[in-house]
Amino acid sequence: MPDGLFIFFAALTLGAALLLVLSRNAVTSAMGMILALVGVAADFFLLDAYFLGVLQVLVYAGAVMVLFLFIIMLLDTEDATGAYPWKTAALGLATFFLLAAGVLWLFHWSGAVSPVKAGATPPELSVNPAEFVTAAKAFGRLLYTKYLLPLEIAGFLLLVALVGVVSLSKDNPETNA
Amino acid sequence: MENTSLAHHLILAGLLFVLGLTGVLMRRNLLVVYMCLELMLAAATLALVAFSRFNRTMDGAVLVFFVITVAAAEVAVGLALIVALFRKRGTVQSDALTTLRD
Repeated sequence: MPDGLFIFFAALTLGAALLLVLSRNAVTSAMGMILALVGVAADFFLLDAYFLGVLQVLVYAGAVMVLFLFIIMLLDTEDATGAYPWKTAALGLATFFLLAAGVLWLFHWSGAVSPVKAGATPPELSVNPAEFVTAAKAFGRLLYTKYLLPLEIAGFLLLVALVGVVSLSKDNPETNA
Repeated sequence: MENTSLAHHLILAGLLFVLGLTGVLMRRNLLVVYMCLELMLAAATLALVAFSRFNRTMDGAVLVFFVITVAAAEVAVGLALIVALFRKRGTVQSDALTTLRD
């Protein structure tokens, strides 16, 4: 049996994701998304990736989801009511169960993942993972040596996105007639 | 952490990804479709962190850092596109946007 905390956060994540997919109200969906992302961040913590867990909560569950909620409120879209059309529901159910069975087979029964037996423990870390500072330091060292070029490109990408969003959301009289 | 194997984390990530994909296929509200896309990205990062941890290397975690960066930029641009679409067409329901099909 896996760790109790893992079971708890996995159930929380999957339940919240289910809420995101099934809720007819966009705001409820966004709340489910926030909860699911917090669950993913908790799993990052369980995997000793403390820095990424904090980053996930700050960037995703914080900034990105606030942006989503802001746009949902701004657009004030009408909610669809009533049941799903049966075609949509059948497509969704078939996709979910087929692929979920595939995932379970691939990772659990096929033996493709080597430490597949339950109860296997991960190898010890070479640095002490309990120190958050250490993790951030290790991150910084890698980012500014081995991954310097991708880091610069990511920064440039953010600049491009910034300029693009400004030009997209500017009121353009001749295209906006 | 004592008793979780790599397979457990991969199953969680896989199920999360499948849920996101189901949402993308089922939902008609573009904003919700977009959130489901983000969920698929989060599932992929979860798998990356799990692999990185169990192989005792930092590289997967650094890749997740870049994925989060790109996702943030992508969300900003995508939401701006959706807002521009709403201004022009007055709806974000994908089955109402069939100009190219008709």
